Amino acid sequence: MFSRKYFSILVTCALFALMFAVGSYLYTGFFSLQVILNLLIDNAFLLITAVGMTFVIISGGIDLSVGSVIALTTMISATLVQEHGWSPMAVIPLVLLMGAAFGWGMGAIIHYFQIQPFIVTLAGMFLARGLCYVISIDTITIDNAFYTAVAQTKIDLPGGSYVSINVVIALIVVALAVYLAHYTRFGRNVYAIGGSEQSALLMGLPVAQTKIGVYTLSGFCSALAGVVFTFYMLSGYGLHAVGMELDTIAAVVIGGTLLTGGVGYVMGTFFGVLIQGVIQTIISFEGTLSSWWTKIVIGLLLFMFILLQRVLSTRRSMQP
Amino acid sequence: MLNERQPILQMRRIHKHFPGVKALSGVDFRLFPGEVHALMGENGAGKSTLIKVLTGVYSIDEGHVELEGQELIVRSPLEAQAAGISTVYQEVNLCPNLSVAENIFIGREPRRLGRILWKEMNQKAADLLQERLQLHIDVTQPLDTYSVAVQQLVAIARALNISAKVLILDEPTSSLDRNEVEQLFRIMNNLKKEGLSILFVTHFLDQVYEISDRITILRNGEFVGEYMAQELPRIELVAKMIGKDLRLLEELPTLAEGEGSAAKEVMLEASGLGKKGAIEPFDLSIHRGEVVGLAGLLGSGRTEIARLLFAADRPDQGTLLAEGEGVATPRQAITQGIAFCSENRKTEGIIGDLSVRENIILALQATRGWYQTISRKRQEEIADEYIRMLNIHPNDPEQLIKNLSGGNQQKVLLARWLLTEPKLLILDEPTRGIDIGAKAEIQKLVLTLSQKGMSVLFISSELEEVLRVSNRVAVLRDRRKVTEIADKELNQQNVMQAIAGG
Repeated sequence: MFSRKYFSILVTCALFALMFAVGSYLYTGFFSLQVILNLLIDNAFLLITAVGMTFVIISGGIDLSVGSVIALTTMISATLVQEHGWSPMAVIPLVLLMGAAFGWGMGAIIHYFQIQPFIVTLAGMFLARGLCYVISIDTITIDNAFYTAVAQTKIDLPGGSYVSINVVIALIVVALAVYLAHYTRFGRNVYAIGGSEQSALLMGLPVAQTKIGVYTLSGFCSALAGVVFTFYMLSGYGLHAVGMELDTIAAVVIGGTLLTGGVGYVMGTFFGVLIQGVIQTIISFEGTLSSWWTKIVIGLLLFMFILLQRVLSTRRSMQP
Repeated sequence: MLNERQPILQMRRIHKHFPGVKALSGVDFRLFPGEVHALMGENGAGKSTLIKVLTGVYSIDEGHVELEGQELIVRSPLEAQAAGISTVYQEVNLCPNLSVAENIFIGREPRRLGRILWKEMNQKAADLLQERLQLHIDVTQPLDTYSVAVQQLVAIARALNISAKVLILDEPTSSLDRNEVEQLFRIMNNLKKEGLSILFVTHFLDQVYEISDRITILRNGEFVGEYMAQELPRIELVAKMIGKDLRLLEELPTLAEGEGSAAKEVMLEASGLGKKGAIEPFDLSIHRGEVVGLAGLLGSGRTEIARLLFAADRPDQGTLLAEGEGVATPRQAITQGIAFCSENRKTEGIIGDLSVRENIILALQATRGWYQTISRKRQEEIADEYIRMLNIHPNDPEQLIKNLSGGNQQKVLLARWLLTEPKLLILDEPTRGIDIGAKAEIQKLVLTLSQKGMSVLFISSELEEVLRVSNRVAVLRDRRKVTEIADKELNQQNVMQAIAGG
């Protein structure tokens, strides 16, 4: 009985382990702690975004605006810090608030006007991406002392390996999200709405609050990912994170979350992101393959996972 | 003596209008503590509306509701719950993906500093189910691992846990088998003894007398009367519900005796047809103009046979021939003149947002393909003809089908398939959840059709109904066809024995 509930997430973990083992077998220098840590370093922003997306998808929705919100965050941060001389201490809270407000707005439209999340967040995606170019059509490079310091700080771990501050932020987000999903009413209400919104309403759960909360959370996570991305790239640019909403959704689905809502785990998403990272790493170790092979492999994996979910859910409905 | 007590709930002169429809006019309803009160009426009599008005889903146009002597005004199901009125609907309104314990407690989880205490919650849920409902299950499993019957009990547990003054059970038994119904009734009796008031809605007459103390009857949105169950003979109850004598049922044409089915040509023949996990291989032949009934308990494989005969499911073995030709897909089945009225009216039959007319012509249009559209004028003629013939109410072809009552939706589905002039009509539970008047009309229709030469496969949970319409009955037990009973042997006794086995 244990297996059914956690089957998808076990498949995800096993797949990650398998890919890592294959990489370690094929390439020298692959099997090291630092390679794993690099997965986190290079994908911290993806992880943070995917955590927010996990809640959205579990609630039965989708958020296409995340990539654009990241770009907008980098752009606003860069212009305020570089061109207007604001302190990062003011800029970072401001962009986080902005991301949350943006998500709140979309959530309110989705809920109160009963419009499909797909189309509302698609509009949000165009809007945020377009706003980037209102600020500037060029890259704005950041040389602020705080940003460069954060970007270059290495936190040493025993054994000579290290992580960046971004990784610490991302791991804290994951830990908080697990707690939020499983130990708070908000989290459980998200699962309930994903299971059956009608029932959730009749059971007297705060559906409006929860649905809007989910998009607010996703907007906040995207903005935080944008801050982390700014640390990572040290620039603001309207073409940052193009198409990342799709990578994010892919990571969540590979992590075992059902697109129909109601089922999924934050830890599954964590491994979904690592799987994407490990594919990239294998391809860069290979050296001869173009980086587009990442997309091909992710595409195939997505097919596999969607089929697996379909098989699992039809078997479930067969049971009386 | 009972009348001297104060009712816990009293509804007086309730009126409710919808655009164009008077759903309730001047309905009274009283509920006494520690009583099971059955709300009876045909489809469209206003039972659902009355419940929805009481639970705050709809607002009341006119009238008063009092709970424990206090004026009660509820604007949402949540407010009704808070006031102590909980409802368990026919379709279980819980979240299938959450655990049993969560479904009982969500929204009111035991917490410390905002952190949900899972252990305490699971323990409380297990205790609640054991003590009050005698249900011993693993409460940490997702709800959808359990049967509908258990899900319904979980819904009751949730209602009890929230508030225990008034419990409304809206057709709780319609998808339960006999044992499950008995379990539910035991629990209802226990709860009654604990002082809970239960409002019970059902279509099954037997159940009303088995469990209820008091009966209120509605007809066409009007109050007919309130009676003690013991003082109201069954025949009178039915007469009051349909507003006329039982002639309808007695008028049914009796089957022509001695018509040997062997003489007639075979319409459909299944030999050794079977599907693993669904139904063991069976032989079944249906002759022209014959009504074959399928009898058996819920889950004995009745629907599975119907789906195989329509080629909706692929068999593992055996052959299916319609007039000598093989049938492998539903499309071929339709071309061969087979029509299938599914038991899931809502999900597999009607298209709620289309009008009655559009729903009727759907199958006919499908057989013609995309290019030969049926003219609007012809469509209207067809719709009018069938609305008259089947007595569909309201008789407006442009009404959206979702606004019709269950019985009338079923008639529209019948019209859809009759229009294609099928040679064999498969009816899976055509009378489930519809009122007795409409039931009689559908049974009558089946007999008329068979006299005109149409073959019918008739599936129903109600044995009497199967016996009334069928020339021959195939009996199923545990996903296996056990026997066929025909002609003189065909009576309730024999069929029951075959179902029970032994």
